[in-house]
Amino acid sequence: MSENFSNNSESVKVLPTGEDLGGASFPGKIEEIPGGGIVLSKLDDIINWARSNSLWPLTFATSCCGIEMMAVASAKYDFSRFGFEVARATPRQADVIIIAGTIVNKMGPVLKRLYDQMADPKYVIAMGACAISGGPFFYNTYSVVKGADHIIPVDVYVAGCPPRPEALLHALITLQQKIKSGLTREQMPPSPKGV
Amino acid sequence: MNVEELKIQISELFPAASYEEGGEWLNINIEPNDWLAFAKQLRHDESLFFDYLFCLTCIDWSQTPAGKTHLTMVYHLSSTKYRHNLVVKSKLDRNNPEIETVSHIWRTADFHEREVYEMFGVNFLNHPDLRLLILPDGWEGKNPMRKDFEDPVNMIKL
Repeated sequence: MSENFSNNSESVKVLPTGEDLGGASFPGKIEEIPGGGIVLSKLDDIINWARSNSLWPLTFATSCCGIEMMAVASAKYDFSRFGFEVARATPRQADVIIIAGTIVNKMGPVLKRLYDQMADPKYVIAMGACAISGGPFFYNTYSVVKGADHIIPVDVYVAGCPPRPEALLHALITLQQKIKSGLTREQMPPSPKGV
Repeated sequence: MNVEELKIQISELFPAASYEEGGEWLNINIEPNDWLAFAKQLRHDESLFFDYLFCLTCIDWSQTPAGKTHLTMVYHLSSTKYRHNLVVKSKLDRNNPEIETVSHIWRTADFHEREVYEMFGVNFLNHPDLRLLILPDGWEGKNPMRKDFEDPVNMIKL
């Protein structure tokens, strides 16, 4: 809840918090007036709230984590419940890329290109040990990138080999909380020189 | 045919082969020079009819506890008509690995042999198009599946 709104009047009602509604709360307060009420909020908060609840993932999977990702997309776990509505087969319509699997040196430029083709704001989840650090392929391999964050910036890391579907759901909800909590990378002012 | 029947049949056709005991399928060791003639018989003999090469790979035995130093080519064959399977192995010299291609007998061997060529450096004689399959340009002759392969840029040794 933002502290920027005056709370002097007793007619101002605080909207239910995220904890009450599992993170689905609307940011702002209701100023009650006769016959109804007015929602007071910040535009940035509303935009972030809207964005966080409609994140379309890119269908991108490079190994077994992709199977778990498909399980999360399907009826039993169903990430549509949280706004990860439809997986998009083109980066130009996707908001979040779930790096589900091993990234090899040959795939690196492809991943970079897909990320570059996505429209801002865009988010990245590194799913599983391979995407985080190379995982089981960290040692004695000539072909595996030791962590996808060598190629593109990552917002949320989810551990596991592969992670349970619940873990990926948790990562997706964590990403939503991150978006709701403040500025995205693109919205941040450029850092001053020398910092 | 079961393993024993297959063994008898192949012994008649090809007395030079030696056999490995144990394992689910019949294992045959042959000399690399005999492979092409043997492969043609396996494919075209009416009672054998091995029309399906379902695996073609190589093993580098160097740096193993047994102290071996050769490469082994391994061919897994199957017959879609008779449903019998066969494993053919052939020892290659690690310093000059050469064996005849079978890509004109089993079409799938074309890509499999290209992969073994890039990964192990085996030279398939008379192969129609022996060049890198998966590795990018510039990897000719580096053979990453060899046990002594070193890549200080990409590889973290344990």
